[in-house]
Amino acid sequence: MMELLQYEFIRNAIMAGILASISCGIIGVYVVVKRIVFISGGIAHASFGGIGLGYYLGINPILGVLPFSIASALSMGWVSKRSRLPEDTAIGILWAMGMSIGIILVSLTPGYAPDLMTYLFGNILTVPFSDIVLMLVLDAIIILVVYSFYKEFLALCFDEEFATVRGVHAERLYLVMLCLIALTIVVLIRVVGIILVIALLTIPAAMSRQFTSNLKKMMLLSILFGAVFSSGGIWLSYLFDVPSGATIVLVMSAVYLLYSLVKGISS
Amino acid sequence: MNMTADVVVIKDVWVHYDSIPVLEEINLVIKEHDFLGIIGVNGGGKSTLLKVILGLVKPSKGIVRVFGDTPQISRKYIGYVPQYSLFDLEFPVSVWEVVLMGRLGHTGLFKRYSEDDKRAALDALAKMDMLEYKDRQVGKLSGGQQHRVFIARALAANPKLLLLDEPAAGIDTIIQEEFYELLEKLKTKMAIVLVSHDISAVSVYVDKIACLNHRLYYHDSKELTAEDLEATYHCPVELIAHGVPHRVLKKH
Repeated sequence: MMELLQYEFIRNAIMAGILASISCGIIGVYVVVKRIVFISGGIAHASFGGIGLGYYLGINPILGVLPFSIASALSMGWVSKRSRLPEDTAIGILWAMGMSIGIILVSLTPGYAPDLMTYLFGNILTVPFSDIVLMLVLDAIIILVVYSFYKEFLALCFDEEFATVRGVHAERLYLVMLCLIALTIVVLIRVVGIILVIALLTIPAAMSRQFTSNLKKMMLLSILFGAVFSSGGIWLSYLFDVPSGATIVLVMSAVYLLYSLVKGISS
Repeated sequence: MNMTADVVVIKDVWVHYDSIPVLEEINLVIKEHDFLGIIGVNGGGKSTLLKVILGLVKPSKGIVRVFGDTPQISRKYIGYVPQYSLFDLEFPVSVWEVVLMGRLGHTGLFKRYSEDDKRAALDALAKMDMLEYKDRQVGKLSGGQQHRVFIARALAANPKLLLLDEPAAGIDTIIQEEFYELLEKLKTKMAIVLVSHDISAVSVYVDKIACLNHRLYYHDSKELTAEDLEATYHCPVELIAHGVPHRVLKKH
């Protein structure tokens, strides 16, 4: 594997994998313990509207995703808390709406949409350096916000009602958390694509839960798992010339299944 | 409006869920050092009444004042022990972290917990005899121990009013006795309101009793009339009074 590191695209890929592991390691823990996997999947898929917007405006699609995913996060959070619809129904509607907007905008764009598959399924081997800089900035924002609101986020996840009684603005804070999920999705799109994002948000966090009952340790451990598995996935995808995003996800899920199986047998 | 002496004043409060009334024409005054038990059938609006006092449920009509202010302003003085059973026992959080949550209102955003916060949390844990379990994950404790942790969390805020929702549920009789003895001690420092569907457990210990079944029957005392109880429980209830303490028994 060492001789691979002489290629710049491999170094970029590994760097992107590590940056992705940091954001999904931290935010994925919240997604798993607060049990908001479905709404996270919804935000991710609805973000496809942002890809369409990027193509339509002729800008870097990632820059289209950034505002669009934040907008989907805010509207999903708001609708799921305030509307009279059941939460999962409201999320399901917005999920499909965002994707549909994306499909219409792509079809309205004259000419052929290059790299569309890259945004849907990821291709970590083609990450340009400019996107790595963007990932670095988003990671820094995520770390800063989580550091500032750590105790409030913990209370919000554990017992939203009690947090409210103790003066935490639970609804606002929940929206902040959903926005962090949106930022994480932007970081992850290059790595695994919109469709597979949910795997990186759940598998490393779920695995780390098996080893510790402390939220901070869970975060550190899932960052480590994410980094190891994404590097492994990159290597395998290069070796067998298969799509990197799907390989990373399969490596993660295979390890998790094996671990659960072994644990199930031994207990 | 000068109601400073009164802890809670509720005037003609109505609460509707989807136009179905849950609380009707509630009038209630809770005074300093009151130890009030509110009994009633499940679904009679007991938890909702506590949530009205906490400002978590907005009444469709009526006035609620807590320490002379709105519940949103005054809830920093309220300790709340929610119905236990609503927790995710798999949640990765330690006893210490849970009890510190009781201090959230005392530290600002962006700040770590202060030394004062930690001292208050330690005191609360000590009071509940749970210091040795400080670093344990909450889900790994027994039901009774978890219950103590949630009371410690409420006490960590040094409340002037303590609200307990079905506190006796899920703990065995011996621990219940200890628990009520603890409340006896606490009531010198704060007003206490506990709601329960179980008349017999509550009535022995509290100083005042109210009945709630959408409407509240309360005479600022431990006296309940047979009519009150019948209106609350919709079945014949017999009152047996042997002087003090009162025993209220239900006949089935």
